[in-house]
Amino acid sequence: MLDNVSVITLDQIAAEVWLLKQDGYRFVTMTCCDEGEVHDVLYHFDKNYALKHLRVKVRKGESLPSISGIYFAALLVENEMKDLLGVSVSGMVIDFQGHFMLAEGAPKAPLNKSIPGIGIQVQEKTPAAAEGTVKS
Amino acid sequence: MNRRSTIPFGPQHPVLPEPIQLHLVMENEKIIQALPAVGYIHRGLEKIAEKKDYIQDVYLAERICGICSFMHSQNYCQGIEELMKVTVPDRAKYLRVIWAETHRIHSHLLILGLLADAFGFENLFMRLWKVREQILDIMEKTTGNRVILGVCAIGGVKRDITPELADYVLRQLESVEKQLPELCDSLLKDYSVRQRLIGVGVLPKDKAHELGAVGPVARASGLRMDLRERGYAAYGDLDFKMVTEEAGDCYARTTVRVKELYTSLELVRKAIQRMPQGPIAVPVKGTPPADEVLARIEQPRGELNFYIRGNGTRNLERFRVRTPTFANLPALLHQLTGCELADVPVIAICIDPCISCTER
Repeated sequence: MLDNVSVITLDQIAAEVWLLKQDGYRFVTMTCCDEGEVHDVLYHFDKNYALKHLRVKVRKGESLPSISGIYFAALLVENEMKDLLGVSVSGMVIDFQGHFMLAEGAPKAPLNKSIPGIGIQVQEKTPAAAEGTVKS
Repeated sequence: MNRRSTIPFGPQHPVLPEPIQLHLVMENEKIIQALPAVGYIHRGLEKIAEKKDYIQDVYLAERICGICSFMHSQNYCQGIEELMKVTVPDRAKYLRVIWAETHRIHSHLLILGLLADAFGFENLFMRLWKVREQILDIMEKTTGNRVILGVCAIGGVKRDITPELADYVLRQLESVEKQLPELCDSLLKDYSVRQRLIGVGVLPKDKAHELGAVGPVARASGLRMDLRERGYAAYGDLDFKMVTEEAGDCYARTTVRVKELYTSLELVRKAIQRMPQGPIAVPVKGTPPADEVLARIEQPRGELNFYIRGNGTRNLERFRVRTPTFANLPALLHQLTGCELADVPVIAICIDPCISCTER
Protein backbone atom coordinates (compact mmCIF):
# COMPACT_ATOMS: atom_id res chain seq x y z
CA MET A 1 0.00 0.00 0.00
CA LEU A 2 3.02 2.26 -0.32
CA ASP A 3 2.33 4.69 -3.14
CA ASN A 4 4.94 6.44 -5.20
CA VAL A 5 7.60 3.71 -5.06
CA SER A 6 10.36 3.63 -7.70
CA VAL A 7 12.37 0.44 -8.05
CA ILE A 8 15.98 1.23 -8.86
CA THR A 9 19.32 -0.58 -9.09
CA LEU A 10 22.44 -0.14 -6.99
CA ASP A 11 24.22 1.98 -9.58
CA GLN A 12 21.26 4.39 -9.85
CA ILE A 13 21.03 5.22 -6.14
CA ALA A 14 23.34 8.25 -6.00
CA ALA A 15 21.85 9.90 -9.09
CA GLU A 16 18.23 9.31 -8.02
CA VAL A 17 18.82 10.56 -4.48
CA TRP A 18 20.68 13.60 -5.78
CA LEU A 19 17.72 14.46 -8.04
CA LEU A 20 15.31 14.20 -5.09
CA LYS A 21 17.50 16.50 -3.04
CA GLN A 22 17.60 19.03 -5.89
CA ASP A 23 13.82 18.78 -6.04
CA GLY A 24 13.54 19.82 -2.37
CA TYR A 25 12.74 16.46 -0.79
CA ARG A 26 13.57 15.88 2.88
CA PHE A 27 15.27 12.62 3.82
CA VAL A 28 12.93 10.79 6.22
CA THR A 29 14.62 7.45 6.85
CA MET A 30 15.55 4.08 5.36
CA THR A 31 14.04 0.67 6.02
CA CYS A 32 15.73 -2.64 5.45
CA CYS A 33 14.04 -6.05 5.39
CA ASP A 34 15.77 -9.41 5.27
CA GLU A 35 14.28 -11.43 2.40
CA GLY A 36 16.62 -14.42 2.55
CA GLU A 37 18.92 -14.06 -0.45
CA VAL A 38 18.58 -10.29 -0.58
CA HIS A 39 18.03 -7.27 1.62
CA ASP A 40 15.11 -5.12 0.52
CA VAL A 41 16.14 -1.52 1.17
CA LEU A 42 13.66 1.36 1.03
CA TYR A 43 14.58 5.04 1.06
CA HIS A 44 11.78 7.34 2.28
CA PHE A 45 11.57 11.03 1.33
CA ASP A 46 9.00 13.72 2.04
CA LYS A 47 7.97 16.96 0.37
CA ASN A 48 4.94 18.87 1.68
CA TYR A 49 3.67 15.72 3.43
CA ALA A 50 3.81 13.67 0.20
CA LEU A 51 6.03 10.63 0.45
CA LYS A 52 8.35 9.28 -2.21
CA HIS A 53 10.11 5.93 -1.86
CA LEU A 54 13.05 4.33 -3.65
CA ARG A 55 13.39 0.54 -3.49
CA VAL A 56 16.57 -1.36 -4.16
CA LYS A 57 17.38 -5.05 -3.70
CA VAL A 58 20.85 -5.77 -2.35
CA ARG A 59 22.20 -9.32 -2.67
CA LYS A 60 23.84 -10.50 0.53
CA GLY A 61 27.56 -9.90 0.21
CA GLU A 62 27.00 -6.99 -2.18
CA SER A 63 27.81 -3.49 -1.05
CA LEU A 64 25.21 -0.73 -0.82
CA PRO A 65 26.60 2.71 -1.74
CA SER A 66 26.10 5.26 1.04
CA ILE A 67 24.02 8.38 0.44
CA SER A 68 25.45 10.13 3.52
CA GLY A 69 27.55 12.32 1.21
CA ILE A 70 24.29 13.66 -0.26
CA TYR A 71 22.08 13.57 2.84
CA PHE A 72 24.24 13.66 5.99
CA ALA A 73 21.15 12.56 7.96
CA ALA A 74 21.37 9.11 6.31
CA LEU A 75 24.60 8.44 8.16
CA LEU A 76 22.99 7.15 11.35
CA VAL A 77 20.44 4.85 9.75
CA GLU A 78 23.07 3.40 7.41
CA ASN A 79 25.29 2.58 10.38
CA GLU A 80 22.27 1.08 12.15
CA MET A 81 21.50 -1.14 9.12
CA LYS A 82 25.09 -2.30 9.09
CA ASP A 83 24.88 -3.21 12.79
CA LEU A 84 21.44 -4.76 12.98
CA LEU A 85 21.07 -6.38 9.54
CA GLY A 86 24.65 -6.82 8.42
CA VAL A 87 24.22 -4.73 5.26
CA SER A 88 27.62 -3.72 3.93
CA VAL A 89 27.40 0.03 3.24
CA SER A 90 30.31 1.57 1.38
CA GLY A 91 31.45 5.18 1.47
CA MET A 92 29.75 6.33 4.68
CA VAL A 93 30.91 9.75 5.87
CA ILE A 94 31.53 8.24 9.31
CA ASP A 95 31.74 4.48 9.74
CA PHE A 96 31.16 3.23 13.28
CA GLN A 97 32.59 -0.17 12.21
CA GLY A 98 29.54 -2.15 13.30
CA HIS A 99 29.42 -0.62 16.77
CA PHE A 100 26.93 2.19 16.36
CA MET A 101 24.09 0.36 18.11
CA LEU A 102 25.78 -2.84 19.28
CA ALA A 103 28.54 -3.34 21.83
CA GLU A 104 31.65 -5.49 21.50
CA GLY A 105 30.69 -9.16 21.64
CA ALA A 106 27.03 -8.57 20.76
CA PRO A 107 25.40 -10.96 18.24
CA LYS A 108 26.08 -10.02 14.62
CA ALA A 109 23.14 -8.75 12.54
CA PRO A 110 20.45 -9.70 15.10
CA LEU A 111 17.53 -8.49 12.96
CA ASN A 112 18.26 -10.95 10.17
CA LYS A 113 15.73 -13.77 9.86
CA SER A 114 18.44 -16.39 10.36
CA ILE A 115 18.82 -15.22 13.97
CA PRO A 116 15.92 -16.79 15.90
CA GLY A 117 14.71 -14.13 18.30
CA ILE A 118 17.39 -13.30 20.80
CA GLY A 119 16.46 -12.72 24.41
CA ILE A 120 12.87 -13.91 24.38
CA GLN A 121 13.33 -17.66 24.87
CA VAL A 122 11.56 -18.92 27.99
CA GLN A 123 14.09 -19.84 30.65
CA GLU A 124 14.02 -23.48 31.60
CA LYS A 125 13.11 -24.21 35.17
CA THR A 126 15.82 -25.31 37.55
CA PRO A 127 15.33 -28.89 38.92
CA ALA A 128 14.42 -27.45 42.33
CA ALA A 129 11.78 -25.17 40.85
CA ALA A 130 10.35 -28.00 38.76
CA GLU A 131 9.85 -30.08 41.92
CA GLY A 132 8.04 -27.18 43.54
CA THR A 133 10.55 -26.75 46.33
CA VAL A 134 11.44 -23.17 45.46
CA LYS A 135 9.08 -20.53 46.78
CA SER A 136 8.54 -17.60 44.46
CA MET B 1 48.14 28.32 20.91
CA ASN B 2 45.06 26.16 20.24
CA ARG B 3 44.93 23.02 22.33
CA ARG B 4 42.83 20.05 21.18
CA SER B 5 41.19 17.56 23.50
CA THR B 6 38.28 15.13 23.38
CA ILE B 7 35.63 15.21 26.10
CA PRO B 8 33.14 12.37 26.55
CA PHE B 9 29.84 14.05 27.44
CA GLY B 10 27.67 11.34 29.01
CA PRO B 11 26.42 8.63 28.97
CA GLN B 12 25.72 9.58 32.59
CA HIS B 13 25.32 13.33 32.99
CA PRO B 14 23.05 15.32 35.33
CA VAL B 15 21.30 16.93 32.38
CA LEU B 16 20.59 13.72 30.46
CA PRO B 17 17.42 11.88 31.46
CA GLU B 18 18.65 8.83 29.54
CA PRO B 19 22.10 7.61 28.54
CA ILE B 20 23.77 8.81 25.36
CA GLN B 21 27.38 9.77 24.86
CA LEU B 22 28.60 12.70 22.81
CA HIS B 23 32.26 12.66 21.85
CA LEU B 24 33.18 16.33 21.81
CA VAL B 25 36.39 17.28 20.04
CA MET B 26 37.42 20.58 21.60
CA GLU B 27 39.76 23.37 20.61
CA ASN B 28 40.22 25.23 23.88
CA GLU B 29 36.61 25.82 25.04
CA LYS B 30 35.07 25.53 21.56
CA ILE B 31 33.63 22.33 20.07
CA ILE B 32 34.94 21.63 16.59
CA GLN B 33 33.32 18.20 16.13
CA ALA B 34 30.61 16.19 17.91
CA LEU B 35 29.80 12.51 17.41
CA PRO B 36 27.09 10.45 19.10
CA ALA B 37 27.65 7.05 20.70
CA VAL B 38 24.42 5.19 21.35
CA GLY B 39 23.51 1.60 22.20
CA TYR B 40 23.28 1.81 25.99
CA ILE B 41 19.57 0.95 26.06
CA HIS B 42 18.98 -0.90 22.80
CA ARG B 43 16.23 -3.44 23.52
CA GLY B 44 15.76 -5.21 20.18
CA LEU B 45 12.06 -4.27 20.11
CA GLU B 46 11.78 -4.61 16.34
CA LYS B 47 12.88 -8.23 16.56
CA ILE B 48 10.46 -9.01 19.38
CA ALA B 49 7.65 -7.47 17.32
CA GLU B 50 8.15 -10.15 14.66
CA LYS B 51 7.81 -12.88 17.28
CA LYS B 52 4.59 -11.58 18.85
CA ASP B 53 1.29 -11.48 17.01
CA TYR B 54 -0.01 -8.22 15.59
CA ILE B 55 -2.46 -7.66 18.48
CA GLN B 56 0.27 -8.14 21.11
CA ASP B 57 2.39 -5.63 19.20
CA VAL B 58 -0.03 -2.86 20.27
CA TYR B 59 1.25 -3.38 23.84
CA LEU B 60 4.82 -3.59 22.62
CA ALA B 61 4.55 -0.39 20.57
CA GLU B 62 3.13 1.46 23.59
CA ARG B 63 6.24 0.50 25.55
CA ILE B 64 8.69 2.00 23.06
CA CYS B 65 8.52 5.22 25.07
CA GLY B 66 7.43 6.02 28.61
CA ILE B 67 6.63 9.65 27.81
CA CYS B 68 4.56 9.57 24.63
CA SER B 69 3.45 5.95 25.01
CA PHE B 70 -0.11 6.51 23.78
CA MET B 71 1.10 8.03 20.52
CA HIS B 72 3.20 4.98 19.72
CA SER B 73 0.22 2.68 20.16
CA GLN B 74 -1.93 5.13 18.19
CA ASN B 75 0.50 5.20 15.27
CA TYR B 76 0.81 1.42 15.30
CA CYS B 77 -2.98 0.97 15.35
CA GLN B 78 -3.45 3.53 12.57
CA GLY B 79 -0.86 1.68 10.49
CA ILE B 80 -2.51 -1.72 10.98
CA GLU B 81 -5.94 -0.19 10.33
CA GLU B 82 -4.66 1.20 7.02
CA LEU B 83 -3.13 -2.16 6.15
CA MET B 84 -6.32 -4.09 7.01
CA LYS B 85 -8.67 -1.39 5.66
CA VAL B 86 -10.44 -0.89 8.98
CA THR B 87 -12.58 2.22 9.41
CA VAL B 88 -12.44 3.56 12.94
CA PRO B 89 -15.59 5.15 14.46
CA ASP B 90 -15.52 8.95 14.65
CA ARG B 91 -15.84 9.03 18.43
CA ALA B 92 -12.71 6.90 18.76
CA LYS B 93 -10.81 9.37 16.58
CA TYR B 94 -11.74 12.22 18.93
CA LEU B 95 -10.83 10.17 21.99
CA ARG B 96 -7.44 9.45 20.41
CA VAL B 97 -6.87 13.18 19.93
CA ILE B 98 -7.77 13.88 23.58
CA TRP B 99 -5.26 11.37 24.93
CA ALA B 100 -2.60 12.25 22.34
CA GLU B 101 -2.79 15.95 23.17
CA THR B 102 -2.75 15.38 26.94
CA HIS B 103 0.42 13.37 26.26
CA ARG B 104 1.86 16.30 24.33
CA ILE B 105 1.09 18.68 27.19
CA HIS B 106 2.71 16.47 29.81
CA SER B 107 5.71 15.79 27.53
CA HIS B 108 6.29 19.51 26.85
CA LEU B 109 5.92 20.35 30.56
CA LEU B 110 8.39 17.57 31.33
CA ILE B 111 11.07 18.85 28.95
CA LEU B 112 10.53 22.51 29.87
CA GLY B 113 11.02 21.48 33.50
CA LEU B 114 14.19 19.59 32.63
CA LEU B 115 15.42 22.60 30.69
CA ALA B 116 14.85 24.82 33.75
CA ASP B 117 16.76 22.27 35.81
CA ALA B 118 19.58 22.26 33.22
CA PHE B 119 20.25 25.96 33.69
CA GLY B 120 19.83 25.76 37.44
CA PHE B 121 16.32 27.17 37.89
CA GLU B 122 15.14 24.39 40.19
CA ASN B 123 12.10 26.17 41.53
CA LEU B 124 10.73 26.60 38.02
CA PHE B 125 11.50 22.94 37.29
CA MET B 126 9.47 21.80 40.30
CA ARG B 127 6.55 24.11 39.56
CA LEU B 128 6.33 22.98 35.93
CA TRP B 129 6.31 19.36 37.06
CA LYS B 130 3.67 20.14 39.67
CA VAL B 131 1.38 21.36 36.89
CA ARG B 132 2.27 18.28 34.87
CA GLU B 133 0.89 16.16 37.72
CA GLN B 134 -2.57 17.51 36.96
CA ILE B 135 -2.27 16.25 33.38
CA LEU B 136 -1.19 12.85 34.67
CA ASP B 137 -4.25 12.94 36.93
CA ILE B 138 -6.43 13.42 33.85
CA MET B 139 -4.89 10.32 32.31
CA GLU B 140 -5.33 8.31 35.47
CA LYS B 141 -8.94 9.35 35.86
CA THR B 142 -9.87 8.67 32.23
CA THR B 143 -7.88 5.50 31.59
CA GLY B 144 -6.83 4.09 34.96
CA ASN B 145 -3.14 4.60 34.19
CA ARG B 146 -0.75 7.52 34.43
CA VAL B 147 2.01 6.55 31.97
CA ILE B 148 1.19 3.53 29.82
CA LEU B 149 -2.47 4.21 29.15
CA GLY B 150 -3.33 0.93 27.43
CA VAL B 151 -6.49 2.31 25.83
CA CYS B 152 -5.64 2.29 22.13
CA ALA B 153 -6.73 -0.75 20.17
CA ILE B 154 -6.83 -1.79 16.54
CA GLY B 155 -10.27 -0.62 15.43
CA GLY B 156 -10.71 2.15 17.99
CA VAL B 157 -10.17 2.64 21.71
CA LYS B 158 -11.00 0.58 24.80
CA ARG B 159 -12.48 3.25 27.07
CA ASP B 160 -14.96 6.03 26.65
CA ILE B 161 -15.02 9.40 28.42
CA THR B 162 -18.35 9.99 30.12
CA PRO B 163 -19.88 13.50 30.39
CA GLU B 164 -18.86 13.59 34.08
CA LEU B 165 -15.27 12.70 33.19
CA ALA B 166 -15.30 15.25 30.38
CA ASP B 167 -16.31 17.93 32.91
CA TYR B 168 -13.46 16.84 35.17
CA VAL B 169 -11.00 17.08 32.27
CA LEU B 170 -12.22 20.56 31.36
CA ARG B 171 -11.88 21.74 34.98
CA GLN B 172 -8.35 20.38 35.19
CA LEU B 173 -7.41 22.06 31.90
CA GLU B 174 -8.77 25.36 33.18
CA SER B 175 -6.69 25.05 36.32
CA VAL B 176 -3.56 24.21 34.27
CA GLU B 177 -4.15 27.12 31.93
CA LYS B 178 -4.44 29.55 34.87
CA GLN B 179 -1.04 28.51 36.18
CA LEU B 180 0.79 28.57 32.85
CA PRO B 181 1.26 32.32 32.20
CA GLU B 182 3.41 32.92 35.28
CA LEU B 183 5.57 29.86 34.55
CA CYS B 184 5.88 30.62 30.84
CA ASP B 185 6.83 34.21 31.60
CA SER B 186 9.68 32.90 33.73
CA LEU B 187 10.82 30.77 30.81
CA LEU B 188 10.51 33.40 28.12
CA LYS B 189 10.99 36.76 29.85
CA ASP B 190 13.47 36.17 32.67
CA TYR B 191 16.75 37.98 31.93
CA SER B 192 19.11 35.18 32.96
CA VAL B 193 17.04 32.51 31.15
CA ARG B 194 17.11 34.57 27.95
CA GLN B 195 20.88 34.98 28.30
CA ARG B 196 21.23 31.19 28.38
CA LEU B 197 18.93 30.52 25.40
CA ILE B 198 19.03 33.35 22.87
CA GLY B 199 21.54 32.85 20.07
CA VAL B 200 22.60 29.48 21.47
CA GLY B 201 22.56 26.32 19.31
CA VAL B 202 21.39 28.05 16.15
CA LEU B 203 20.00 25.83 13.40
CA PRO B 204 19.23 27.82 10.22
CA LYS B 205 16.14 26.90 8.21
CA ASP B 206 18.02 25.44 5.23
CA LYS B 207 20.23 23.32 7.52
CA ALA B 208 17.19 22.07 9.44
CA HIS B 209 15.67 20.86 6.15
CA GLU B 210 18.91 19.40 4.85
CA LEU B 211 19.58 17.50 8.10
CA GLY B 212 16.05 16.13 8.28
CA ALA B 213 15.09 17.87 11.54
CA VAL B 214 11.52 17.32 12.71
CA GLY B 215 9.04 18.57 15.31
CA PRO B 216 9.64 21.66 17.47
CA VAL B 217 13.32 21.64 16.40
CA ALA B 218 12.31 22.09 12.75
CA ARG B 219 9.42 24.46 13.47
CA ALA B 220 11.67 26.70 15.61
CA SER B 221 13.87 27.13 12.52
CA GLY B 222 10.92 28.27 10.44
CA LEU B 223 10.03 25.00 8.72
CA ARG B 224 6.27 24.61 8.39
CA MET B 225 6.04 20.95 9.23
CA ASP B 226 3.46 19.36 11.50
CA LEU B 227 1.71 16.15 10.48
CA ARG B 228 -1.41 17.18 12.38
CA GLU B 229 -2.04 19.49 9.41
CA ARG B 230 -2.78 16.37 7.36
CA GLY B 231 -5.86 15.88 9.53
CA TYR B 232 -5.31 12.30 10.71
CA ALA B 233 -7.55 11.04 13.55
CA ALA B 234 -9.91 13.99 14.22
CA TYR B 235 -7.40 16.82 13.67
CA GLY B 236 -9.06 17.72 10.37
CA ASP B 237 -12.19 18.86 12.30
CA LEU B 238 -10.43 20.80 15.06
CA ASP B 239 -9.05 23.89 13.25
CA PHE B 240 -5.47 23.00 14.15
CA LYS B 241 -2.98 25.87 13.81
CA MET B 242 0.73 25.20 13.58
CA VAL B 243 3.26 27.08 15.75
CA THR B 244 6.53 28.23 14.15
CA GLU B 245 9.40 30.51 15.05
CA GLU B 246 12.22 31.83 12.89
CA ALA B 247 15.39 32.25 14.98
CA GLY B 248 16.30 28.53 15.17
CA ASP B 249 18.02 28.88 18.55
CA CYS B 250 17.28 27.31 21.95
CA TYR B 251 14.99 30.21 22.83
CA ALA B 252 12.92 29.64 19.67
CA ARG B 253 12.60 25.91 20.45
CA THR B 254 11.44 26.76 23.97
CA THR B 255 8.96 29.30 22.61
CA VAL B 256 7.49 26.74 20.20
CA ARG B 257 6.93 24.27 23.04
CA VAL B 258 5.37 26.91 25.29
CA LYS B 259 2.96 28.01 22.54
CA GLU B 260 2.15 24.40 21.71
CA LEU B 261 0.99 23.90 25.31
CA TYR B 262 -1.82 26.35 24.61
CA THR B 263 -2.54 24.78 21.20
CA SER B 264 -2.89 21.35 22.81
CA LEU B 265 -5.12 22.67 25.61
CA GLU B 266 -7.39 24.16 22.95
CA LEU B 267 -7.39 20.95 20.89
CA VAL B 268 -8.45 18.84 23.89
CA ARG B 269 -11.22 21.31 24.70
CA LYS B 270 -12.52 21.36 21.13
CA ALA B 271 -12.31 17.56 20.88
CA ILE B 272 -14.44 17.19 24.02
CA GLN B 273 -16.98 19.74 22.80
CA ARG B 274 -17.25 18.37 19.26
CA MET B 275 -16.95 14.64 19.99
CA PRO B 276 -19.89 12.84 18.37
CA GLN B 277 -21.91 10.09 20.06
CA GLY B 278 -21.49 6.54 18.84
CA PRO B 279 -19.39 3.40 19.19
CA ILE B 280 -15.75 3.64 20.28
CA ALA B 281 -14.43 0.61 18.39
CA VAL B 282 -15.22 -1.84 15.63
CA PRO B 283 -14.36 -5.54 15.77
CA VAL B 284 -11.34 -6.49 13.68
CA LYS B 285 -11.08 -9.90 12.09
CA GLY B 286 -8.43 -11.52 9.97
CA THR B 287 -4.72 -10.92 9.73
CA PRO B 288 -2.60 -8.17 8.18
CA PRO B 289 -2.18 -8.93 4.46
CA ALA B 290 1.14 -9.31 2.67
CA ASP B 291 1.45 -5.59 2.12
CA GLU B 292 3.34 -2.64 3.59
CA VAL B 293 2.56 0.77 5.00
CA LEU B 294 4.48 3.74 6.41
CA ALA B 295 2.38 5.13 9.28
CA ARG B 296 3.18 8.64 10.52
CA ILE B 297 1.93 10.89 13.29
CA GLU B 298 3.15 14.04 15.01
CA GLN B 299 4.56 13.12 18.38
CA PRO B 300 5.68 15.76 20.96
CA ARG B 301 9.23 15.56 19.56
CA GLY B 302 8.16 15.44 15.92
CA GLU B 303 7.37 13.03 13.14
CA LEU B 304 7.12 9.40 14.21
CA ASN B 305 7.39 6.75 11.46
CA PHE B 306 6.40 3.11 11.66
CA TYR B 307 7.09 0.90 8.66
CA ILE B 308 4.80 -2.13 8.97
CA ARG B 309 4.93 -5.10 6.60
CA GLY B 310 2.47 -7.96 6.94
CA ASN B 311 2.76 -11.44 5.46
CA GLY B 312 -0.78 -12.81 5.75
CA THR B 313 -0.14 -14.44 9.13
CA ARG B 314 -0.68 -13.17 12.67
CA ASN B 315 3.01 -12.22 12.83
CA LEU B 316 4.43 -9.19 11.11
CA GLU B 317 7.18 -9.59 8.54
CA ARG B 318 8.83 -6.33 9.65
CA PHE B 319 8.14 -3.57 12.12
CA ARG B 320 10.57 -0.67 11.87
CA VAL B 321 10.47 2.39 14.09
CA ARG B 322 12.02 5.78 13.27
CA THR B 323 11.53 8.13 16.19
CA PRO B 324 11.87 11.93 16.07
CA THR B 325 14.93 12.02 18.32
CA PHE B 326 16.73 9.72 15.86
CA ALA B 327 15.90 12.24 13.12
CA ASN B 328 17.05 15.18 15.25
CA LEU B 329 20.49 13.77 16.14
CA PRO B 330 22.20 15.07 12.96
CA ALA B 331 20.72 18.52 13.70
CA LEU B 332 22.07 18.29 17.27
CA LEU B 333 25.56 17.54 15.96
CA HIS B 334 25.35 20.62 13.74
CA GLN B 335 24.18 22.83 16.65
CA LEU B 336 27.01 21.63 18.88
CA THR B 337 29.75 22.34 16.36
CA GLY B 338 31.19 25.76 17.11
CA CYS B 339 29.48 26.22 20.46
CA GLU B 340 31.06 26.64 23.89
CA LEU B 341 31.34 23.63 26.19
CA ALA B 342 29.20 25.38 28.82
CA ASP B 343 26.27 25.50 26.36
CA VAL B 344 26.24 21.76 25.58
CA PRO B 345 23.73 20.76 28.31
CA VAL B 346 21.18 23.38 27.25
CA ILE B 347 21.56 22.60 23.53
CA ALA B 348 21.28 18.86 24.13
CA ILE B 349 18.18 19.15 26.29
CA CYS B 350 16.56 21.59 23.84
CA ILE B 351 16.07 18.91 21.18
CA ASP B 352 14.01 17.04 23.84
CA PRO B 353 16.07 13.85 23.51
CA CYS B 354 14.31 10.56 24.11
CA ILE B 355 16.97 7.90 23.89
CA SER B 356 15.01 4.77 24.75
CA CYS B 357 12.70 5.55 21.80
CA THR B 358 15.68 6.21 19.59
CA GLU B 359 17.36 2.91 20.32
CA ARG B 360 14.23 0.79 20.71
